[in-house]
Amino acid sequence: MHRFANPTRFLKIAAAVQPWMAGLTIILFGTGLYMAFFTAPPDYQQGESIRIMYVHVPAAWMGMFCYAAMAVASAVALIWKHPLADVAAKATAPVGAAFTFLSLATGSLWGKPMWGTWWVWDARLTSMLILLFLYIGYMALQGAFDDRTRGAKASAVLALVGAVNLPIIKFSVDWWNTLHQTSSFMKQGGPSMPPEMWIPAVVMAVAFKTYYVWVLLVRIRQELTANKVRILRLKQVHGG
Amino acid sequence: MAEFFSMGGYGTYVWTSYGLTAVVLVVLLVVSLKSLKSTETTFDRLRAAVGPKEMKRMETANGDEA
Amino acid sequence: MAMKRKHKRLTFVIVAMALVGVATGLVLYALGDGVSLFHSPTDIVTKAPDPNQSLRLGGLVEEGSVQRAEGSSSVHFRVTDLENSVDVVYEGLLPDLFREGQGIVTTGKVVNGTFIAEEVLAKHDENYMPPEAVDALKKSGQWQGDAQNANTGAAK
Repeated sequence: MHRFANPTRFLKIAAAVQPWMAGLTIILFGTGLYMAFFTAPPDYQQGESIRIMYVHVPAAWMGMFCYAAMAVASAVALIWKHPLADVAAKATAPVGAAFTFLSLATGSLWGKPMWGTWWVWDARLTSMLILLFLYIGYMALQGAFDDRTRGAKASAVLALVGAVNLPIIKFSVDWWNTLHQTSSFMKQGGPSMPPEMWIPAVVMAVAFKTYYVWVLLVRIRQELTANKVRILRLKQVHGG
Repeated sequence: MAEFFSMGGYGTYVWTSYGLTAVVLVVLLVVSLKSLKSTETTFDRLRAAVGPKEMKRMETANGDEA
Repeated sequence: MAMKRKHKRLTFVIVAMALVGVATGLVLYALGDGVSLFHSPTDIVTKAPDPNQSLRLGGLVEEGSVQRAEGSSSVHFRVTDLENSVDVVYEGLLPDLFREGQGIVTTGKVVNGTFIAEEVLAKHDENYMPPEAVDALKKSGQWQGDAQNANTGAAK
């Protein structure tokens, strides 16, 4: 049906927006890092180790945000068969997996000096590890079928089923007792820290988000061009 | 300066966190950009082989209704 | 025709998602406290667990309860959830954040009502503050100490 399942218009827009996203990402990272190291104060209990928060928290948010985006795109692909939705979901997976891995790794590096352990099997850490496995499963499933459309369908179903993990991660610290503290940001009455501490975290989170859009555009363009290449190759083989 | 890098004794943990984050994000970006570049090169070569007339026919006949 | 199919798929996805959600909810409900990392002092006091079984205890280090034995690295303190408290004995290095009024999670066994700890982890709360702000609060007499964060310890 879609011999060129690529809205050419989208490719043009993506190519035009990409340098803006690149510039925005670099400016935001510059600002965010400056604030994280020079304007943000140390914590009265955790000292300078609090600065790990400025990568740990945004990475965890983005790990969850990317999964939500991937699940929504998968639903759109399954229900409405929009050709871009599948491509967007597939392009999001490695970025989300990277953020989730970073939140686990930086959390571990923060936990060792503060809690006294690299890892503990509490509900928050375990559900976050499951999120990483869901991303890995999604990517593995995509390549597990000879038929590309079947691979896309199977992985879209996994993305949707795995979405139940998102509220579990979010509320794990409220539903069960965990070593991980409850949320410092999403709570009634605002963040439980002064603005000079939460603003850098938010700036870093926005930087992570524009980075995601940047890489997403690059990966979608690659995927759409690869589709065109496949069609042209078929054409060569079958002699038009 | 040395005080800044020691991060109150937590330097190893803080700098490893930021270093790891930088490495992962840069590697993912570079891999994505390189893959796009090589796919585009392949596409341009194939398109030249097919010829402009045929490309035009394919694009309009089965075009971008989406 | 196409519209109808789309509707069918939409309904199918919604129903399937609802079922997965309910199933997960039931499983988590059945697991209940098993998902929790630690027991509260009240649990330990009321249930008197098997002395051969290793378990985790979580709560706040009671103010004024920490006693270090002279000439050894042995520490004695009480862990409380503000209702009940349990005696804890531990030998080894304590994490940087360990102090009175602070939340901790410890692994060990209950022998004759005393918790013999093998590992002590510090739990911190969700409140972050620069040291100057704490000094200012202390000066103006508004500082309530770490006890103000008692809710995050283990008081469940």
